[in-house]
Amino acid sequence: MAKILAVDDSASMRSMVAFTLRGAGHDVAEAENGQHALDTAKAGAFQLVLADVNMPVMDGITLVRELRALPAYAGVPILILTTESHADKKMEGKQAGATGWLVKPFDPDQLLATVNRVLG
Amino acid sequence: MSAVDLAQFHQVFFEESLEGLQAMESALLELDSGSDDPELVHTIFRAAHSIKGGSSTFGFSDVAAFTHVAESLLEEVRSGRRAVDAQITDLLLRSVDCLRLMLARSRDGEPAADAESEEIRQALAVLVGQDTGGAAKPAKAAAPAVPAIAGWHIDFKPLPHLFKTGNDPVRLFRELASLGEAFKVEQVFPLDDALPSLDACDPTQCHLGWKLRLDGDVARKQIDAVFDWLDGDAEITLTEIKAETTPESASSEPAKPSADTAPTAKDAAGEQGSGAAAPRSAGASSGDGGSIRVSIPKIDALINMVGELVITQSMLSEMGERFEDAAFEKLRDGLSQLERNTRELQESVMSIRMLPIGAAFNRFPRLVRDLERKLGKRVNLEMHGEHTELDKTVMEKIGDPLVHLVRNAIDHGLESPEERKAAGKHEVGTISLNAYHEGGNIVVEVKDDGKGLNRDAIASKAVERGLIRSAQGLSDDEVAELIFQPGFSTAAQTTDLSGRGVGMDVVRRNVNDLGGSVRVRSVHGEGSTFTIVLPLTLAIIDGLATAVGGERYIVPLTSIVESMQLKATDVRQLAGGGELFRFRDNYMPLVRLHKVFECEHAVTEVEKGIVVVVEGEGRQVGLFADELLGQQQAVVKSLEAHYRRIEGISGATILGDGSVALIVDITGVVRVSQQAHKAA
Repeated sequence: MAKILAVDDSASMRSMVAFTLRGAGHDVAEAENGQHALDTAKAGAFQLVLADVNMPVMDGITLVRELRALPAYAGVPILILTTESHADKKMEGKQAGATGWLVKPFDPDQLLATVNRVLG
Repeated sequence: MSAVDLAQFHQVFFEESLEGLQAMESALLELDSGSDDPELVHTIFRAAHSIKGGSSTFGFSDVAAFTHVAESLLEEVRSGRRAVDAQITDLLLRSVDCLRLMLARSRDGEPAADAESEEIRQALAVLVGQDTGGAAKPAKAAAPAVPAIAGWHIDFKPLPHLFKTGNDPVRLFRELASLGEAFKVEQVFPLDDALPSLDACDPTQCHLGWKLRLDGDVARKQIDAVFDWLDGDAEITLTEIKAETTPESASSEPAKPSADTAPTAKDAAGEQGSGAAAPRSAGASSGDGGSIRVSIPKIDALINMVGELVITQSMLSEMGERFEDAAFEKLRDGLSQLERNTRELQESVMSIRMLPIGAAFNRFPRLVRDLERKLGKRVNLEMHGEHTELDKTVMEKIGDPLVHLVRNAIDHGLESPEERKAAGKHEVGTISLNAYHEGGNIVVEVKDDGKGLNRDAIASKAVERGLIRSAQGLSDDEVAELIFQPGFSTAAQTTDLSGRGVGMDVVRRNVNDLGGSVRVRSVHGEGSTFTIVLPLTLAIIDGLATAVGGERYIVPLTSIVESMQLKATDVRQLAGGGELFRFRDNYMPLVRLHKVFECEHAVTEVEKGIVVVVEGEGRQVGLFADELLGQQQAVVKSLEAHYRRIEGISGATILGDGSVALIVDITGVVRVSQQAHKAA
């Protein structure tokens, strides 16, 4: 069981991710944009962050950069949720310090497989 | 097989998608009116992007295919490769309309795409230069026969910043090991020629590289997948270890799913799974009566109040354990506290159903824009009081009447720019929507600064229709009231906007059905104002309890004008049994409730009873009852659900003493009394 922060401005996607991860026994906090996620992350020690890219207020790429700048999150796995049609976002995310990505659309099984990959 | 049923997220997906479309539409309209705020394009893009992501995740593939091309176009706009012009705005607005329908069909479990959506999708695809035969997926080439592989040598030479991306070599090794039959680290080497000394060693940097060996029939693709996140962060060299080819191993190959086909099969299964779930959820969602999003402060307030109620309850029950006369004061205090708790709790629960009327207003910018183009008029739309809250059900039902009033105001009320200039007005007309609370009601005004109602045109039409014999002696307001009569229309020719078979009578009936009223004030040459007064909620009404015979009737407070006692001489008998009485220089019908509802033992002498003047369907009548019992709140229970529909009764309620009172439907009673007169 890990403490995971799920970040997405879409309530349906966020619920799906959180529900799936909770079902697998993880402790999940939710945030609806990058800024909200950054504040939440500072307040709690998360072992994994899953962040959507396109969000209002603060996007996912900026979030990754901001998190990596925090000593507590320098080495924590951060996965960005991106779409196949935005392959460039993968690279942008990587340059910002993301560990990897999960391509939308994904189903709960794919999500769990990917999360298990980083949590080991 | 997935343990998670995606159907449970569909409702949220539909709701947020509709909100996204609304935001998209508003932003498009702002762009259309000349704003160049870059955030608008981002908002539009984000909405399309989210809908695409959600629809593909939850298996609404038609919606996903549609939003995919829309998103491509928006991506070009966002990145500055394409300027927004009227053609693109129009196409995107049509896309918004189309997506709303597609989502509605998806929700109902129907195929989302139709001829129109295909046409728009093609048009979008042509704009972005995409292959328009998008529906057909390219056929996957048959996987070539893969020669058997005994294993791989993997040289893994990460760049020093590897750890800063959160990637852990141990995790990667474990993943590799899971692919094959045997895995071992053959050699660990320093990335630079030598390892730095311990005190020069930066623990956040990776100083090592690995030579690895993975045994087993593992496809290159599978290994690439393990390292896919490390692109640019490491040098990875794969060297195949060839197997000694034997006929057995070659023939066993097709039985094993190759790396190429395995993910494809999985994808297809996932898609089928969620596809099959879709109709099931649609069935459930159409029956659940919708949902409502409640802000956390509202829920917290509710919880607080329940807490207080619990305290009061325990205080009272403790008092009940050993009650003494001396505690009477305390009991009274406790009861008044209970009353306060109950009232606050009630308000708080009601507030959960309350939504800002902005949700009903936000369709108007688009409507006004479309009408401007269609009618060649220029309109400035003003909206005030969008945050005024009202019951969700009331709001859903007030939408259509409002649309009708706004259409009418633009179509019939506002003049053409030329006419306006000739009349000395600004050529841009103004429609203002205004909402505010007044007492226990919400008032919504639709106001235009057009030509106002034409008394003569209305009067002659009313005469023509046989509604009146002559307009002589009628006040302007009384003439204006005629437009709410069934079948009335003053438009010289019916345009396709206002002539949808819906007249102002339907607007009035809809508003009345909600327990509200609508009236018009108009000044010739200056414009008209339609004022709708609605109750805040349909669940509880404020009413005046009256006694008729042995029974109780609740008259809704919103419809009451005045109550008074009459003298026998105030009442005039009409031929045919009707009665009129004098009220403020007018004569109006006297409706005896005991006759309408056939109650026995009621007061019949005018001087001994009471008359409540009420207004319904624009008519005032006096209701005659035995006596007034006082004002009270009534929780409305449906009579239809428990018994059957009765003309003149809108529901029932239970009084404090446990008896049942019926709630009077004013328009129904007015109708019943009119029919009685006509029959007589």
